[in-house]
Amino acid sequence: MRVGVVTFPGTLDDRDAARAVRLAGGEPVALWHGDDDLRGVDAVVLPGGFSYGDYLRCGAISRFAPVMTSLVPAAQGGLPVLGICNGFQILCESHLLPGALTRNGSLHFVCRDQRLRIENTGTAWTRDFVSGQEIVIPLKNGEGCFVADDATLDEIEREGRVIARYLDVNPNGSRRDIAGISNARGNVVGLMPHPEHAVDPLTGPTADGLPFFTSVLTALVDAS
Amino acid sequence: MTDTVQHAIDDPDHPQPYAELGLKPDEYARIREILGRRPTSSELAMYSVMWSEHCSYKSSKVHLRQFGEKKPETAALMVGIGENAGVVDIGDGWAVTFKVESHNHPSYVEPYQGAATGVGGIVRDIMSMGARPIAVMDPLRFGPLDAPDTKRVLPGVIAGVGGYGNCLGLPNIGGEVVFDETYLGNPLVNALCIGAMRHEDLHLASASGVGNLVVLYGARTGGDGIGGVSVLASETFDADGPAKRPSVQVGDPFMEKLLIEATLEVLHSGLVEGIQDLGGAGISCATSELASNGEGGMHVWLDRVLLRDASLSPEEILMSESQERMCAIVRPENLDAFMSLCRRWDVEAVVIGEVTDSGRLTVDWHGERIVDVPPRTVAHEGPVYERPYHRPSWQDALQAATPDTLPRPSTPDALRATLLDLVGAPNLASKSWVTSQYDRYVLGNTVLAQPEDSGMVRVDEVTGRGVAVSTDCNGRFAKLDPYAGAQLALAESYRNVAATGAEPLAVTNCLNFGSPEDPEVMWQFAEAARGLADGCLELGIPVTGGNVSFYNQTGDVAILPTPVVGVLGVIDNVERRTPMAWGSDGGVLYLLGDTRDEFGGSEWAHHVHRHLGGLPPRVDLPRERALGEVLISGSRSGLLAAAHDVSDGGVGQALVEMALRADSGARISIPVGVDPFVLLFSESAGRAVVVVAQGDEARLAEICTEHGLPMARIGDAMPQERTLQFDGLFAVSIDELRTVHEATLPAVLDA
Repeated sequence: MRVGVVTFPGTLDDRDAARAVRLAGGEPVALWHGDDDLRGVDAVVLPGGFSYGDYLRCGAISRFAPVMTSLVPAAQGGLPVLGICNGFQILCESHLLPGALTRNGSLHFVCRDQRLRIENTGTAWTRDFVSGQEIVIPLKNGEGCFVADDATLDEIEREGRVIARYLDVNPNGSRRDIAGISNARGNVVGLMPHPEHAVDPLTGPTADGLPFFTSVLTALVDAS
Repeated sequence: MTDTVQHAIDDPDHPQPYAELGLKPDEYARIREILGRRPTSSELAMYSVMWSEHCSYKSSKVHLRQFGEKKPETAALMVGIGENAGVVDIGDGWAVTFKVESHNHPSYVEPYQGAATGVGGIVRDIMSMGARPIAVMDPLRFGPLDAPDTKRVLPGVIAGVGGYGNCLGLPNIGGEVVFDETYLGNPLVNALCIGAMRHEDLHLASASGVGNLVVLYGARTGGDGIGGVSVLASETFDADGPAKRPSVQVGDPFMEKLLIEATLEVLHSGLVEGIQDLGGAGISCATSELASNGEGGMHVWLDRVLLRDASLSPEEILMSESQERMCAIVRPENLDAFMSLCRRWDVEAVVIGEVTDSGRLTVDWHGERIVDVPPRTVAHEGPVYERPYHRPSWQDALQAATPDTLPRPSTPDALRATLLDLVGAPNLASKSWVTSQYDRYVLGNTVLAQPEDSGMVRVDEVTGRGVAVSTDCNGRFAKLDPYAGAQLALAESYRNVAATGAEPLAVTNCLNFGSPEDPEVMWQFAEAARGLADGCLELGIPVTGGNVSFYNQTGDVAILPTPVVGVLGVIDNVERRTPMAWGSDGGVLYLLGDTRDEFGGSEWAHHVHRHLGGLPPRVDLPRERALGEVLISGSRSGLLAAAHDVSDGGVGQALVEMALRADSGARISIPVGVDPFVLLFSESAGRAVVVVAQGDEARLAEICTEHGLPMARIGDAMPQERTLQFDGLFAVSIDELRTVHEATLPAVLDA
């Protein structure tokens, strides 16, 4: 299974995402922001970083990159896409996911080992978890406060599209402790914490992030 | 009107503002002698900035020579002092480069940008050796935590370090945060970067090959930082002086990230003959250094430099310290490929000159010659001062004022209160308010980060080979005895690296001192440099590079002499690193080394009594080496379940840090006949607390005996318990320790 990892100018976690795909058993494929060719990949990860320096608004410039002109319709057509941190911001800016990510409540960048609860195991990226499973993965962001209006929040809650919620502390002021959401179809997932940094206890707090990457491979096998 | 070489010849007596540019009359006379005429205004700008203390090391050079003269024999050293950064062979075809630099004065004027550009500058130094930057660390020093100005400076510095480093995608794996009132008007912002490369990727800053092109790439040149190096780094802050804010550079980490990727691609594609970063002194420095390290000649068309501000004069362009710029020497046939890789990364590049065999650095501005100098006289043959120095008049009195008569806690309750007081003291309290603003995970190779003894990153994902780095310095020790203080900084850093199981290989340093024009400060510097050079020889690890920062003083008051020492070590496989705390299996706790009644310069004397006097702890480098060997071989053989350096705050603090890291308790028995106060709070050097499994005690005894290292059983880890208990004395719960340890910084900085 070939999983594309997009590099924008200023992307930082592309190597980590590729490593996570590899450890999960997939084949990482490098995708370049300036190229609208998705190279026939079976799924795509938009990794974390500061694409375009986060200038203007996080993800606001990347949304217009040539690669997105192919990725948006592909995602609307069911291609599994995981946006992590800056990738989540890009998915929101692209309107593939609702809401927006704003400055942390503390006004500081925060890096911590964060406990989460996985609340929806029906998506392409979470099916290898057990519903209600609690995991610890790194969180690191300056603008990770998820916001949306009440109607939108009620809708995504009702549809079970909150895929992960912060436990113990809400590290950035996100509404309803939301750490990650999916689209209605469940193929597009945005997550503020970083599962790609938790694939090996040697370098991460746990290996709890790995199931995100094995999930998509399982989903692809089942679909084929 | 442009001051050309012809003008300089035609109008030889034109008065020039050399004094305002920081040049002394004899230095100006020497420039005239070198050129055989008066310098043009552009030449004057170049010389003034390159001959500043910051760029020329004119006051420190005679002392820094010792690092080369006393260099221990080691096969690991690939590139020594003098290049942008030293390079060390870590085995398997891998090389590592690392260096620490100061950005003290800019960070006081404008904390965020000062700190941010400090990170940016050291990262470019590492890149210019051909290495990929893999981690950063930041040794920081501020005025008292509760001082109003600390609340201005510290949050800005931390946000700047984080804002820049996080955006570059470099894990921040450690450093220091130290508070002392002498840093109130002179915070120390030192930045360290580590880079890794294959041996064949090593590059040096030299312009070789006549006809090769000089390419300036990265950010455009603007008016920022003009004169920053000579003005900001060479003058004491004077209350009546002009506002210096415009002299501080402004950083763009996004551009630096693109510059890293573009630079590594052009290097690895074999498109570059020589490379140099642009830092202090900008184009003046890069062109004169590249030329004097290569064929000796270079011609520059200065009007081709891409500008952010079209109104800049040639003098300003030569001196500008705009960030995120690099200079490469490229063969003409490789230029198209070079430019195309730059375009791929949206990095602007322009040919500004070519390598010549003229032996001269010549610069033209719209067809007129404005610079014609021998480049070595600019870059390498600046003034060298034998500054006078003498032992301070107050040194004897300071050493005589020992801490021996300070009241000591004697009852169990008083000991408990002292332990908690220290655990929450600003210098010993948790620094997570700071480190949680830094990304330590990016790149996925961070194996150890703060609060561990050293930061450790994996270099080779296949073999697990990695490096550990620690930076340390107790400026109070250095004030009491600069020679011993520098050696104690070295010893602590060495110990911290060895405690993780890595074998120390090389040293970098950032020597932060007051004014070299004060003979007493100069003595502190000379003694510290001598101590460090002797210490490195004794420990067998060479100094590979570093930085000197002078003029860290406000009025007549200099900072504590602060020779920050960074030690880099190599570990064959990061899987076998030794953590600082016991795991769920627990184990038996041993204290290795000798504990003496040594409180001069200790955190107890400082925090509890506001006392500084006496002598620092005794230095015993053979003992440090023996301890290091036990820690390293104990890690390799799997004997040590945990190891933690004992330094600031003593054994009490070390045990608290271990318990908090383990998030579980321990039961400590102070050996009979030992004064509990001395054991808990003395800061004797050459010690570590280690943890071994119960069945391994004999093995530990054997290896310690073999190395002549004293050991004492001091207790047992209690992974199921939540109390740190000192038998017969007192107990403290882990929760209480954590509350006290973690409350100090937020209580002030979030208030």
